[in-house]
Amino acid sequence: MGKIKLKPKAKKGVIKVKAIVKHPMETGLRKDKKGNLIPANHIDHLTITHNGTKVVDADIGAAVSKDPYFQFQVAGAKGDEITLAYKDNNGGSGSATAKSK
Amino acid sequence: MKRRLFLKSAMATSAVATAVGAGLLTPSMVFASSAKFKALSDAANSSAAGAAEGTFKFKAPKIAENGAVVPLSVDAKKLDGVTNISILVKSNATPLTASFNFTGGAVGFVSTRIKMGKTSPVTALVTSSSGVSAKTSDIKVTVGGCGG
Repeated sequence: MGKIKLKPKAKKGVIKVKAIVKHPMETGLRKDKKGNLIPANHIDHLTITHNGTKVVDADIGAAVSKDPYFQFQVAGAKGDEITLAYKDNNGGSGSATAKSK
Repeated sequence: MKRRLFLKSAMATSAVATAVGAGLLTPSMVFASSAKFKALSDAANSSAAGAAEGTFKFKAPKIAENGAVVPLSVDAKKLDGVTNISILVKSNATPLTASFNFTGGAVGFVSTRIKMGKTSPVTALVTSSSGVSAKTSDIKVTVGGCGG
């Protein structure tokens, strides 16, 4: 649904993967000004891949904040490729790839 | 002027139409994904109930200024074979906030920001080769995070 900021940084054999995904993360429990329920719209699944191998597989709930921030750590080195891919409950999806600095 | 008014109302109607469409689509889809998630949540809750005291680091604020954005991090790097880190917020509608599964070279570490409806104990659940361990931290919330 939104832009992904992906910043992997390698240091001493570990890549710190910092990511921000722009996403409304609506719980489906909020009401708008008219009193109507705003439908749930949130990331429900996220994966991190390192040089083609999946290393993180996460089930995400609606209680994760809007424009979620995540930090993961993966064994690796500078130049390694990190990919973040997500799926949301409405069938939306997105992904981004970055080379570790 | 008239054209502008006409375009404005046309855009407004189409926006409403899409919203209605989305609204009609949502109920079953919400239930579908949340049913699976609810099952994960119940499983995590029972795991947490029987878990040993964790030796990992669970960083969370004592007071969350804004319940919509509560930063926390779980550092289980010292534990061997971490396969899962889950976050549970006791007083949220669905306690399980997120469940991270690690494989391969991933390190047992996660940091994120969550929403909390009100003051609640928050539990970090770590599954590793030594079993399931948990650490709970009470987080006070002054302004609830779900907009309600």
